[in-house]
Amino acid sequence: MEFLSELIFWCFVVLTVGSAAVVVFHSRIIYSAFALLFTFVGVGALYLYLSADFLAASQLLIYVGAILTLIIFGVFLTTKVMSIDLPEQSHQRFLALIPITLIGIVILWVILQTPWAVNPAEAAPTTKELGRLLMSRYLVPFELASVLLLAALIGAMRLARYFKMEE
Amino acid sequence: MSFTPILLFFIGGAGVVFAAIFFSRLLAPQNPNPVKNSTYECGEETKGVTWIRFNSRFYIVALIFLIFDVEVLFLYPWAVVLRELGLFAWVDMAIFIVILGVGLAYVWGKGDLEWVRPRGSSAGSAVEEEK
Repeated sequence: MEFLSELIFWCFVVLTVGSAAVVVFHSRIIYSAFALLFTFVGVGALYLYLSADFLAASQLLIYVGAILTLIIFGVFLTTKVMSIDLPEQSHQRFLALIPITLIGIVILWVILQTPWAVNPAEAAPTTKELGRLLMSRYLVPFELASVLLLAALIGAMRLARYFKMEE
Repeated sequence: MSFTPILLFFIGGAGVVFAAIFFSRLLAPQNPNPVKNSTYECGEETKGVTWIRFNSRFYIVALIFLIFDVEVLFLYPWAVVLRELGLFAWVDMAIFIVILGVGLAYVWGKGDLEWVRPRGSSAGSAVEEEK
């Protein structure tokens, strides 16, 4: 059972990293957008392994359900979608090597220095506890979130209308 | 692990898709001809390229959808504890939804949800407008 869990974990790691590589390296932007779907799903599965089930649900709901739709519509809005070939050659490789190496060293240093806590507890659903907190202790932030969403909605529509006038 | 049912659901969902494609490949007779392979659009001859720009209206509707999708995210933990907390939680969510309802009323009233352009004369489909 332990082995199976490990195996499935690595399957999701390969799915996430592999599709992320397609997003970055594919020369057609529309395929990059669709490959992002699998990256988001893979990241959601990794959240489940951290026993963050609500985060996984929000990942699916928000990123796969809405953000990705928005990105794909954004791609559809660009003129001549299919004829845009992203440049495949990279320029100034040696110059790029310097910051890449520096970033790599920093990331590696962080990985080695961080005391990674291994969660010994069995992964259990957390959504119920979150719901309870949201309805009691964090009630005011919860209601304020709806005001924030309202402001975002009205703001986005105002901007969208403004740019439509420009057309 | 307690999330195994979700994984089985995931595998089941993906499996049905692949099985549907696989069996239709296996069972369907395959004798293609140029007429059969041509794009079908209600019996009309297709004109122009398929990769056209979408109407920006789709994007605006998707933006509105994003806001209400976040609302659904808040509904999820609320729905889990609703039975336990009863009327109090119900009223909380009612306030939440009414506040967002104001936003919906605003975009509706301002005509952002109108599909056909008010000043344009053509009442055709969204894709038609862009041509």
